[in-house]
Amino acid sequence: MPGSTPASLSAKAPAAVAAPGVVAAPAAAAEPRKRQRFSPWQEAWRRFRRHRLAVVSALVLLLMVAAIAIGPLIWTVPINEIDFAAKLQPPSWTHPLGTDDLGQDVLARVLYGGRISLAVGLAAMFVAIFVGVLVGAISGMASGRVDAVLMWLADLFLSLPQLPLLLLVIYLFRDSLKAVFGPEGGIFVMIVVVIGGLRWMPAARLVRAQILSIREKEFVEAARALGASKLRQVVQHILPNALGPVIVAATIDVAAAIIAESTLSFLGLGFPPDIPTWGRLLADAKDYLDIAPHWALFSGAAIFLTVLSINFIGDGLRDALDPRRVI
Amino acid sequence: MNRQYLIRRLLLVIPAMFGISLVLYTVLALAPGDPFAELAANPAVPPEVAAALRAKFGLDDPVWIRYWRWLSAMLQGDWGFSFQSRMDVERLILQRLPTTLLVIGAAQLIAILVALPVGVLAGTRPYSLFDQIANTLAFVGFSLPTFFTGLLLILVFSIQLDWLPFVYRADIDATGWRFYWEHIKQSIMPVMVLGLFQGASLVRYVRSSVLDVVRLDYVTTARAKGIGERKVITKHVVRNALIPVVTLVALQMPVVFGGAIITEQIFRVPGIGSLLISAMLANDTPVIMAVTFVFACLVVLCNLIADMVYAWLDPRIAFR
Amino acid sequence: MAETLLDIRGLKTWFKTDDGMVRAVDGVDLRIDQGETVGVVGESGCGKTVTARSVLKLIDMPPGRFEAGQILWRGRDLVPAEESEMNKIRSREIAIIFQEPMTSLNPVYTVGDQIAEVIAQHQKLNKKQAMAGAAEMLRLVNIPNPQRRVHDYPHQFSGGMRQRVMIAMALSCQPRLLIADEPTTALDVTIQAQILELMQEMKERFGMSIMLITHAMGVVAETCQRVTVMYAGKVVEEAPVKALFGDPRHPYTQGLIRSIPRVDRAARHKERLEAIPGTVPSLLEPPPGCRFAARCKYVTDICVGAMPPLKEVAPGHFVRCVL
Repeated sequence: MPGSTPASLSAKAPAAVAAPGVVAAPAAAAEPRKRQRFSPWQEAWRRFRRHRLAVVSALVLLLMVAAIAIGPLIWTVPINEIDFAAKLQPPSWTHPLGTDDLGQDVLARVLYGGRISLAVGLAAMFVAIFVGVLVGAISGMASGRVDAVLMWLADLFLSLPQLPLLLLVIYLFRDSLKAVFGPEGGIFVMIVVVIGGLRWMPAARLVRAQILSIREKEFVEAARALGASKLRQVVQHILPNALGPVIVAATIDVAAAIIAESTLSFLGLGFPPDIPTWGRLLADAKDYLDIAPHWALFSGAAIFLTVLSINFIGDGLRDALDPRRVI
Repeated sequence: MNRQYLIRRLLLVIPAMFGISLVLYTVLALAPGDPFAELAANPAVPPEVAAALRAKFGLDDPVWIRYWRWLSAMLQGDWGFSFQSRMDVERLILQRLPTTLLVIGAAQLIAILVALPVGVLAGTRPYSLFDQIANTLAFVGFSLPTFFTGLLLILVFSIQLDWLPFVYRADIDATGWRFYWEHIKQSIMPVMVLGLFQGASLVRYVRSSVLDVVRLDYVTTARAKGIGERKVITKHVVRNALIPVVTLVALQMPVVFGGAIITEQIFRVPGIGSLLISAMLANDTPVIMAVTFVFACLVVLCNLIADMVYAWLDPRIAFR
Repeated sequence: MAETLLDIRGLKTWFKTDDGMVRAVDGVDLRIDQGETVGVVGESGCGKTVTARSVLKLIDMPPGRFEAGQILWRGRDLVPAEESEMNKIRSREIAIIFQEPMTSLNPVYTVGDQIAEVIAQHQKLNKKQAMAGAAEMLRLVNIPNPQRRVHDYPHQFSGGMRQRVMIAMALSCQPRLLIADEPTTALDVTIQAQILELMQEMKERFGMSIMLITHAMGVVAETCQRVTVMYAGKVVEEAPVKALFGDPRHPYTQGLIRSIPRVDRAARHKERLEAIPGTVPSLLEPPPGCRFAARCKYVTDICVGAMPPLKEVAPGHFVRCVL
């Protein structure tokens, strides 16, 4: 893939380094002997590394994902072991994050909830990116009326009030989906489809813009002259260039999906109440804020830290793949 | 901004409304089962009302007729009957809408008042300490889910410090400025929660836009005029930087409405957001449809206002 | 003896970048006297624009900085001057117009507003008087219907007209020196001539000096009294215009002049257009010797070893070459 990426991606590096506002710092026209040549991906990694918060966040996220994935294998306390004697206890050695109002271990519940949040986040992101890239590619390549219609649709979707619509769909379709996929599965499918379905527009716009700008460039014409079919043109030459901004949009989608899912659960309209998603934990904890704040704090902190690190990583990726650094 | 543009833009509201209402109604039509069967089965609903509803919604007619009827009913202000609250839905909503608008409006105002100077300052001093702190705080701001922020504020200001009440009471028996003071005290937290979230993303938009504008040629021209850096920024940079920000703010409005719903739920503010939630928990379909419709209208309205402000800021637009 | 208005001595403007220090201007001397038009020529990237903007300190100071040198304006060094002092000079004593008229004007304010802003800043006039002054300036630069057009926005003007507006704005406070950074490069050929004519007219009317930066030798031949040739951040030749075209001493200058297409010669001798082979060297780590050495026909070992100094080979004619 890097092979077919045109120089424009790596050419962004010296342009980004230019002094702002006044003078494009006289670009060294001939290659100085000492400067190494980096592939575009190495350049991107180099730039990402410079964004300290992003790197730290990547580590934090990695730790969290590892904890969520492997944690329950190590910390085998069950998530729904009710023990009224131990209810609402602050953090201790037996219960590092304390217990809730039924004496259940908060740490185990938070770890379990993490799995759901991440699963929903990633799945919704895939839906959004898949639909977005597809629509954007069709729109960009077809142009004309198809393009106009699809973009009008995108504008329409952008105007839809997301949370109310999300609630509406869940309200209307909850029962039928439960019948088909089971209580958790049904909700999962519905949440993923709706959240993803309401977030395809940015990716579509990005892909379409890339296509429109690159379509006329020389190397695509050359490919066309060599007889490459339209599909091949798109896949091999155009999409790799759109990849950068789409990756950035994808990370934001994951964060937004996690927030959307936890919001639904918090409002009591997401997963069934016995499933300890992070939003659900907060919803249960909010009535005990005065006597057991640890419960709400840890649950909320889980969401916050995950979303924050994803956002920082997204910012780092933006610096890496789409740089506009000033100095 | 000339009249032609204004008229053209107003006319665009019509297809927008059609589009959104179509989506809403499609969702409703696709829903399996009969949401209004609940109504009919619900003992609280008088049978005449249930029959009238069936007739009005023409549940046995083809889809497009039903849609048309529903839409005309909506536009005429006939939004049905809420059996949960025992009153006409439009009255119910009109009762609670001002509160929502006030909270959202106040939050937006605070967000703009804070984010604009911070964003401009950060954009004009990129990578400085101020910029780094502002940036990080902005990230924290929009990574905190609104319900968590709300709970945190309640924890600190209501429970620990006992400064602010966290349950909203619409009927405060006090008079004069004491009345206003009590109202303000109980509005501070919900407004802050919403405003924080909005302000955080606004700071980033403004900063980014300022960074873009500051590099442009006409800013150098302005500097060459000898008017001083402060005037260059406030007169030349800010106005141009605001142009894309206005569009972004408008695009954010659907998210803000979501945030308002949550805020109202946590602080029990009697607006249409909490109304939507309680209606969903009580299966009160007409209310749900109507509130969703109102939110959609608000989004269209916000887009319209944004386009107006945009045209006012950028004289190039009106001439297209 | 005409007063020396601008005297740049040994100016070094460098830029800190990720890859090192870019020495955009690396020891430049330039002098402009009262009433004369001095041309500054060279190819893209040779440092002419940076020199021009350094005079008014319009360079972003990180990453740019003045490594060395003085910029003497009527005897006073501008390098250490404070912003507030620079603001008194900008547009009031030294004005500058840029290459791209399409993007050099603020799109959200009327043309009249933007010109009036300068007038109001430097001449304590109220808004109405400033606007009247703006209209008058528009009339001076031959924009038809100035009273009405003063309320128009930049996008309602064509490229050539916008450049006129820029000139009007620059000259509104009658500066002593106008720095014109490639003012006609972005315009159509026919408009170019009009703009140059306008500048000449303004020069005569206001008794201004002009620093004309360009890479078009033909323009230089027509309008300038003296010419400075820059290459890779340094001055390589400086001479009165006739001497430069009649007897160019530096190989680069010779190459530049020879690369001007000339219909008469080509028709007679069937000459090929001569280009200078090679490309500009990196300004990051410039070679120790003469920077033109890699492309020079007459290169010797001495040239590559050390930077030749600027020598006066004839009265007022300086060359940086060992030949």
